[in-house]
Amino acid sequence: MRKLDNFFLKVASGSYGHIIKRDDIIWWKAWGIRILSVFFALIVCGFVTVSLTDLNPIEMYVTMVEGAVGTPRLTWNLFQNTAILLCVSLALTPAFKMKFWNIGGEGQILIGGLATASCMIFLGGKLPNGVLIPIMFLASVVAASIWALVPAYFKTRFNANETLFTLMMNYVAIQLVAYFTLEWSVPKGSGTPRTLEFGQLPTLLGQKYLINILVVIVLTVLLYIYLKYSKQGYEISVVGESEKTAKYIGINVKKVILRTMAISGALCGVAGFLLVAGTDHSLKSDTSGGRGFTAIMVSWLAKFNPVFMIVTSLLIVFLQKGASKISEVYRLNSSFSDIITGIIIFFIIGSEFFINYRIKLARKEKNV
Amino acid sequence: MITTIIQRAVMQGTPLLFGSTGEILTEKAGHLNLGIPGIMYVGAISGVAGSFLYEQSFASPTMINPLLAVLIPFLCSIVGSVLMGLIYCFLTVTLRANQNVTGLALTTFGIGIGNFFGGSLIKLVNTDVPSIALSNTSNAFKTSLPFAEKLGWFGDIFLSYGFLVYLAIIVAVISSFILKKTRMGLHLRAVGESPETADAAGINVTKYKYLSTCIGSAIAGLGGLYYVMDYANGVWSNNGFGDRGWLSIALVIFSVWRPSLSILGSILFGFLYVIPTYIPNISVSAKKLFEMLPYVVTIVVLIITSVRNKKENQPPAALGLPYFREER
Repeated sequence: MRKLDNFFLKVASGSYGHIIKRDDIIWWKAWGIRILSVFFALIVCGFVTVSLTDLNPIEMYVTMVEGAVGTPRLTWNLFQNTAILLCVSLALTPAFKMKFWNIGGEGQILIGGLATASCMIFLGGKLPNGVLIPIMFLASVVAASIWALVPAYFKTRFNANETLFTLMMNYVAIQLVAYFTLEWSVPKGSGTPRTLEFGQLPTLLGQKYLINILVVIVLTVLLYIYLKYSKQGYEISVVGESEKTAKYIGINVKKVILRTMAISGALCGVAGFLLVAGTDHSLKSDTSGGRGFTAIMVSWLAKFNPVFMIVTSLLIVFLQKGASKISEVYRLNSSFSDIITGIIIFFIIGSEFFINYRIKLARKEKNV
Repeated sequence: MITTIIQRAVMQGTPLLFGSTGEILTEKAGHLNLGIPGIMYVGAISGVAGSFLYEQSFASPTMINPLLAVLIPFLCSIVGSVLMGLIYCFLTVTLRANQNVTGLALTTFGIGIGNFFGGSLIKLVNTDVPSIALSNTSNAFKTSLPFAEKLGWFGDIFLSYGFLVYLAIIVAVISSFILKKTRMGLHLRAVGESPETADAAGINVTKYKYLSTCIGSAIAGLGGLYYVMDYANGVWSNNGFGDRGWLSIALVIFSVWRPSLSILGSILFGFLYVIPTYIPNISVSAKKLFEMLPYVVTIVVLIITSVRNKKENQPPAALGLPYFREER
């Protein structure tokens, strides 16, 4: 214990070296560090895989690539999954930029999906798809927005901790959707989710998922412009940097928080809409499949920049697909991909330190 | 019937109590560890792996020594969870990474580890057993006081559990005492409320953060161990632990950061968990609405504590914020 004490004291007092915050770092250096960290992470993942399977590392990465883009169907699958994950990441970004930790994406997606599914069930067959689909879209956007506004309201009114609040809202949403899935399943209560026939999104050019991807591309461009060039985007950045400054220059902080969370929820609603109407054509409590949480990492890894998010979401989905191929080939458990994803994220998270700080090692004192 | 309900509520509540006590200690140092669900999975699977290998080393599982059968998984579980805690600490304290992102990554990673090894352990060690069923180890964990059965309802309610249940309560009481009554607890709370002030007062902030997170993780991991060894009779099933990790975090808010209150809270949560089974003619779907209740109750508590805005019921002031000494 005493030794540990001494060690911590020495570290704290700078006997081993100092940590200095970098003022600025050239972009290529920053990206160099990030790429290096991914490289190291891949080596560690290689070790882990090799020790669990008898693949050699090169074979392993070949298998991964095959699993991700081996056939046209897999490639489309990869793009579709990337698009949805990107959509959720885009949704969370405005809130994060404002330093409002919206970790309720999972619930907001599900509520959006629930709204879509209920429109498909109750209005399906009564309205032509041309009218039904816009109604579904609107319903999911509004529902998810309202769901996201609840924690935002209590944050602005009573300063309730938003991280914990949004986290809890997820599980309320999950159970709510589980309830309706059982209620709507055929036969009732069996748990087999009903296939929703009316209001499915149309296939474009023979590709089932193309419309999802196009919608998300449009959203990416719009959000990039919104955050970078609009007045509201500027307000978000100011509130995120310092609430006091924002108040001082006359920004209505409460209004900005409510508005931004409404946008955040609305975009999650779009993701729910795309998942239910465009991809699964059914609703389950795991429809969102943890994307609300994964997207937090995607958005953060991309430094809240919508364009970089294309890269980070593609990376995560690629890893997941590739690793699940490995576990499929070696008949290992499919959770293998979660381990790989976890390791890579740890490395990228850790690398940020070396981008933001410089370590100056203490010179060894000469013995006189 | 009432005694069985109480019994089952306590058993359901125990993993949550371990989880929330661990998370409270961590949060008191200003770290919102969202990796707790992952840590609990790792705590469970490390225990399972330890006891699986131990049972496999005998020709017949009945030959195992009950004391070692408890001790080996217990230590394995602690080592596994502390390693997870160290990953979290290293990233958030030393490398100053964002706590939410790190915690969520840790949860993904931990649940991945749990399900992966739970599903592949048999294949990896090349044995011919059909599934992981550690009934002998589990029996050792479930040993209760021999005279409990003779005491009627009193014995059933208070004395019929395996030792981990009592350990959970003892740990919660001790944590509560340390936080409230000792100098160490005062320092720890200071670190969570205002690390700058604590640092200026000569408290070693880094040490407190590391220790509280690692000890917290070890305690939380025992919740996973209890679930698989005692509650689930030593049978591992993937995702069987469910959302209990998140419920533990909910319980932290519900008990307004007081381990002693979370003893009662855990029994209440356990009660909400088991009550639908005792309602006659309840539909499967309505059960799902009951499972929503703990979270709804937690949200209500969160709202009430924010509205009343009493100082002692608030989250630690520096919760979730990184501390850079050089930036003061």
